[in-house]
Amino acid sequence: MIQLIYLSVILPLLGFLINGIFGSKIKNEKLIGIIGSGVIGLSFLIILGAFFETIGLPADQRKTIVLLLNWIDVGLLDVGFSYQVDQLSLIMGLIVTGVGFIIHVYSIGYMHGDKGFWRFFAYMNLFIFAMMNLILADNFVLLFLGWEGVGLCSYLLIGFWYDKKFEKSTTSDAAKKAFVVNRIGDFGFLLGMFLIYMTFGSLNFNEVFQRASTFDISTVTFSFIAIFLFIGATGKSAQIPLFVWLPDAMAGPTPVSALIHAATMVTAGVYMVARCSIFYASAPAIMTVVAVVGLMTAIFAATIGLVQNDIKKVLAYSTVSQLGYMFLAMGMGAFSAGIFHVMTHAFFKALLFLGAGSVIHSMHDEQNIQHFGGLKKYMPRTSLTFLIAALAISGIPPLSGFFSKDEILWFSFSNGGFFFWLFGAATALITAFYMFRLYILTFEGKERFGHDKHPHESPAVMTIPLIILAILSAIGGFIGMPEIFSGEHGNVFHNWLAPVFKDAERKLAFYGSHTHFEEILLMIISVAGAAASIYFARYIYSENQKIASSTANKFRSVYNLLLNKYFVDEVYNSTIIQPIYKTSESFLWRIADNKIIDGLINGTASLINIFSSYFRKIQTGVSQFYALIMMLGIAVALFWIIFR
Amino acid sequence: MSVPIEFYLILSAFMFFTGVAGVLTRRNAIVVFMSIELMLNSANLTLVTFSSFIGNSIGQVFVFFVMTVAAAEAAVGLAIIIALFRNKQTVNIDEINILKW
Repeated sequence: MIQLIYLSVILPLLGFLINGIFGSKIKNEKLIGIIGSGVIGLSFLIILGAFFETIGLPADQRKTIVLLLNWIDVGLLDVGFSYQVDQLSLIMGLIVTGVGFIIHVYSIGYMHGDKGFWRFFAYMNLFIFAMMNLILADNFVLLFLGWEGVGLCSYLLIGFWYDKKFEKSTTSDAAKKAFVVNRIGDFGFLLGMFLIYMTFGSLNFNEVFQRASTFDISTVTFSFIAIFLFIGATGKSAQIPLFVWLPDAMAGPTPVSALIHAATMVTAGVYMVARCSIFYASAPAIMTVVAVVGLMTAIFAATIGLVQNDIKKVLAYSTVSQLGYMFLAMGMGAFSAGIFHVMTHAFFKALLFLGAGSVIHSMHDEQNIQHFGGLKKYMPRTSLTFLIAALAISGIPPLSGFFSKDEILWFSFSNGGFFFWLFGAATALITAFYMFRLYILTFEGKERFGHDKHPHESPAVMTIPLIILAILSAIGGFIGMPEIFSGEHGNVFHNWLAPVFKDAERKLAFYGSHTHFEEILLMIISVAGAAASIYFARYIYSENQKIASSTANKFRSVYNLLLNKYFVDEVYNSTIIQPIYKTSESFLWRIADNKIIDGLINGTASLINIFSSYFRKIQTGVSQFYALIMMLGIAVALFWIIFR
Repeated sequence: MSVPIEFYLILSAFMFFTGVAGVLTRRNAIVVFMSIELMLNSANLTLVTFSSFIGNSIGQVFVFFVMTVAAAEAAVGLAIIIALFRNKQTVNIDEINILKW
């Protein structure tokens, strides 16, 4: 099955082609849905098979390269469509196809009746194709192909309802924003790739990482490579300063938000940092940058999510915040902890988004949580699964979020110090608070919606995926239990991924003698803090809502600042976008294009005109004049011959 | 013999330049043709001079060719002038400047 790994990439492409070309003629929604979801399911099975095969291999031989086609083979550059089956790509592949399959099945119910049903599944399949290329690639060029491809599909899917109004503009503006901001990050990524080729002479992972694990290339080179690649990651994975596209991306259908902006595409940056761990390990300053950016983003986005009133916006900022956690882990050298959080986050965030979609669907596209309330008795299954996901993201044991989040907090304490842990823990408390604010305002308390809304539970095709994801959110963490709980098994997840990171970890000198006591103490503190946050949220929003509104009134300016997302978009608009726009219009268009370039072209033509107006006067039309010229010429020639 | 060769050559050159002056300055097309004939005849004279001076009669034979060509060319040229006169009602070549820019 390992040798057939390329099928897991080709099958979604096939689904895209079938649904894309014939979709508008297939009138049967179920068939389109089955084709669209089925190919992803088959991909999942292929990866599962490859996974079990790889388990059977000895631990240091678990990397296989499968070449599909030769692509570019010119001079020193040799990249092909070749895929690498190793522990990290298998984990990512299982997440992408597994959660992707669940979301595709959910979409069959959610997008029911939409006139672009076939288009949706075509784009989703194209997205999975690009994402699989990204995570299975064994060279930077194929990874970049997937990287760009997921950006494209993000654009297509955010702007899916192209004629729908969204906030102050349209969905296409949101889609354009996502694409353009991503592109800025991609520019950084390309610079990193060029630098890699210049330094190592190759773009294949194997060759590059092997040469990188020696110690004879300067840290400065590695720092530049790492920071450029990280800029690409900030674009794709929505970190400061390029996170602004993700809240706007909520204009797209909710399954899109679940798949792309929670579970898969945004984790591409994290995957890339994990894959290139050797670069980051060789540039310790950049690792600190990564950790600080991740931490700042985490707490920044968490504070914004605290006051948002749109259910999807809260979840969007929550995603940005959790991605910050993953980068914090990467920056602390805890690469497998970051990937672990990718996995658990995929489960509970996809669940949260799909649950939100279920609520939005039943409330007929109402998204403001101030107009919800008391939905628990109408939508029991959605409510329960949402609660499980909220508990998971808050880090309550024994759910999955607890294990992954606590591992990250532990590593930020032991490798980074007290302040890294402090901010991380503060973010965890804020996360728990806003998550439960969301849950309580939506599902509990008094009903605040009008009598025209009739909420109902969603059909099975939508609730069964919710249940599956809830089970995964609940038990998915046990695979990464730290040693203090699992004893001699060790941390299974960590040990599985260890060979991928061993070169990087060899370079990082591990300091910080840690004791089990410290670990347990921190765990208790964060769980207690999360529980306190949850209780506090419950107190405010269930019983005494006046506290929330009076706090908002007392700190009105702070509240406004948070509600308006720290005016980041407005700042970007005034400092970057408007100047560029004005310069383009007044200088580049009016002067450079109209005057200079057109002037050059027209000027050359008129110059020739002027010259020719002199030279054409020779043609007098009088044949004696021509005869005279002839005679003069003959005379000159004779003189030349005779008197040379 | 009695007349040195230079006299004939200078005469011939003089005839030639007279012909050139006529071609370049006269307005009437027929006079231009007459000047062309004058140039041709000066060439003939040179040829015959050299032939008698060297003693070889090749020059004189060549003169026959030149005369034939001159006759034919005169015929064709006059035909063109007649056609031109039918169109433009003039033989004044100053007024025939259709190819002016």
